[in-house]
Amino acid sequence: MSRGTLYDKVWDRHTVTRLPTGQDQLFVGLHLVHEVTSPQAFGMLRERDMEVAYPERTHATVDHIVPTGDRSRPFEGAAEEMMSHLEENVREAGIDFSHPDTGDQGIVHVIGPEQGLTQPGMTIVCGDSHTSTHGAFGALAFGIGTSQIRDVLATGTIAMEKQKVRRIRVTGELGEAVEAKDVILEIIRRLGTDGGVGYVYEYAGEAIESLDMEGRMSICNMSIEGGARAGYINPDETTYEWLEDTDAFADDPERFAELKSYWESITSDDDAEYDDEVVIDGSELEPVVTWGTTPGQGIGISEEIPHPEDLPEDKQDTARHAQEHMRVEPGDTMKGYPIDVAFLGSCTNARMPDLRNAARVVAGREVHDDVRAMVVPGSQRVKAAAEAEGLDEIFREAGFDWRDAGCSMCLGMNEDQLEGDEASASSSNRNFVGRQGSKEGRTVLMNPKMVAAAAIEGEVTDVRDLPETEVSAQ
Amino acid sequence: MSDDNGVETVERASGTGVPVRGNDIDTDQIIPARFLKVVTFDGIGQFAFHDVRFDDDDNPKDHPFNEDRFRDASILVVNANFGCGSSREHAPQALKRWGIDAVVGESFAEIFAGNCLALGVPTVTASAEEIEALQDFVDENPDAEIDVDVADETVTYGDTKIDANVDDAQRKALVEGVWDTTALMKSNAEAVAETAASLPYIESEGDA
Ligand code: SF4
Repeated sequence: MSRGTLYDKVWDRHTVTRLPTGQDQLFVGLHLVHEVTSPQAFGMLRERDMEVAYPERTHATVDHIVPTGDRSRPFEGAAEEMMSHLEENVREAGIDFSHPDTGDQGIVHVIGPEQGLTQPGMTIVCGDSHTSTHGAFGALAFGIGTSQIRDVLATGTIAMEKQKVRRIRVTGELGEAVEAKDVILEIIRRLGTDGGVGYVYEYAGEAIESLDMEGRMSICNMSIEGGARAGYINPDETTYEWLEDTDAFADDPERFAELKSYWESITSDDDAEYDDEVVIDGSELEPVVTWGTTPGQGIGISEEIPHPEDLPEDKQDTARHAQEHMRVEPGDTMKGYPIDVAFLGSCTNARMPDLRNAARVVAGREVHDDVRAMVVPGSQRVKAAAEAEGLDEIFREAGFDWRDAGCSMCLGMNEDQLEGDEASASSSNRNFVGRQGSKEGRTVLMNPKMVAAAAIEGEVTDVRDLPETEVSAQ
Repeated sequence: MSDDNGVETVERASGTGVPVRGNDIDTDQIIPARFLKVVTFDGIGQFAFHDVRFDDDDNPKDHPFNEDRFRDASILVVNANFGCGSSREHAPQALKRWGIDAVVGESFAEIFAGNCLALGVPTVTASAEEIEALQDFVDENPDAEIDVDVADETVTYGDTKIDANVDDAQRKALVEGVWDTTALMKSNAEAVAETAASLPYIESEGDA
């Protein structure tokens, strides 16, 4: 059993009691709600005549199905139904809502940190598996299902079993064009998509500590792709600097100072005990791309696609199917793999540094004739900040579609979808068959710069082969 | 702990089986994202495995869920890492409303197993070989009864009894009828308020 880790400390502080199920009842510090997984839970609450127990610890947004093009009301089809359900539910319960009209709307895992709702030493839940993102701040953040959403709404708590803690230390300095995304794709590739089952991941080491908050979020975001329900990074000065400027503390330095001592108290002790430890040399990595249909099927951009028979036996069939679906040949590299769509967006990679990095690659170039390319900023605030820096111009001039904030083609629930067997270069987190809206669609996951390079070249490209242009505001 | 919400105990599930083979079957396959556009779960059962069951023109493809002989099945038999990917509870909801009362497999994604538990659907594990043997048996004997005993952690079919595994917390919750956590946790409201008040980041009443 782990001891003295952030996970242990935050868990203990939030434990209400041990339930007869053997699970712990944990108080939930922040419950984030979005339009797709919440209506059923509010419905169940109503069926039982219960009220929202802690509306002030709850915050709502719309992201999954909200249109990212034309936003005039009523929205088309199911989006309107879900939107109006949410509007009604939050009004009735008195829950804060980052409504599109406020300019604060965005992907739930972008707006929480952005507004300072996400803080170290909190327990955070949301009906979305990428809630692990918030672990970047040293919070314990878990994705939950609809019945658990009902639990949290009704009681302000959740029933959970404690997990083991694996520390993943990424040492060294990351090389050129190697980003947080590449680190996490590499971790998942090495440990497997189910390697984290039963574990929470603590990410540590120089390569992690030197990341900005956005990079840390990209890493924690994909913990779930590695099978870990949560992932976190101990808060440090980088974390505190971010928090200081958020809505939560900008006008309240006293409160900030007060909470900072709490945050410092919950970091993992130097002599903390872990259930497992993995070390990865970050300086060896190169940009990673996926060749298959699970996020664990990744390779370095100059590496060869594996022969299924060289893989562990339980991975061979999945690899064969994936290669058939993706139409790739073992022994080839992914370089030169033709793409039809470039998607720069999602809660993994649609924050300011992601857009800046991609803009540097795009500036002065044009999107390939055969590619439709889009940028979907993670939130309305990210969008506004990018426009203030002129990034939208750079993307537009190059031929990118500059869209409104939302999940968009990450999961293909709104109008942004792959068609037929289109192949996409995507900065999102899942390449499952059908994920981006078309059953025959093909998704290649990569970092935002690599997406930009693929958009320009019309094929998967090593971005290190494209010289960068300075972006003015940088 | 059964209260007026009428929480049932789930000590066993029995019925005929349906095998769905393959590792890493994710929740996008169990219920494709476009069927998430529903605000209630009613009627979602017919969309279980939709995209692997039907082609673009909605013609049925080869899939056990399309086969008449498995139509009344209630025990789903799967392989490894079933239910990985998105946390959507629509996945177990779709399976349950299709008619599944228990899932037996080599391993399950955690969130999926948790979502199943919240519906009172056990997720029971056994070794790869035992699962394959069970799948073969179900294939050859679609009318044979399979008995999943959650309390005893066994799966019985034909002359065979498998020593299966049920996660301890899950077993307790099902067998003692405490899987309806909402009712259970609501009864601790006072202790919850105390825990909340002890957290530095929760502003005490009055200064919010
Ligand atoms: S961007 Fe994608 S992964 Fe993130 S919350 Fe939206 S759908 Fe989920």
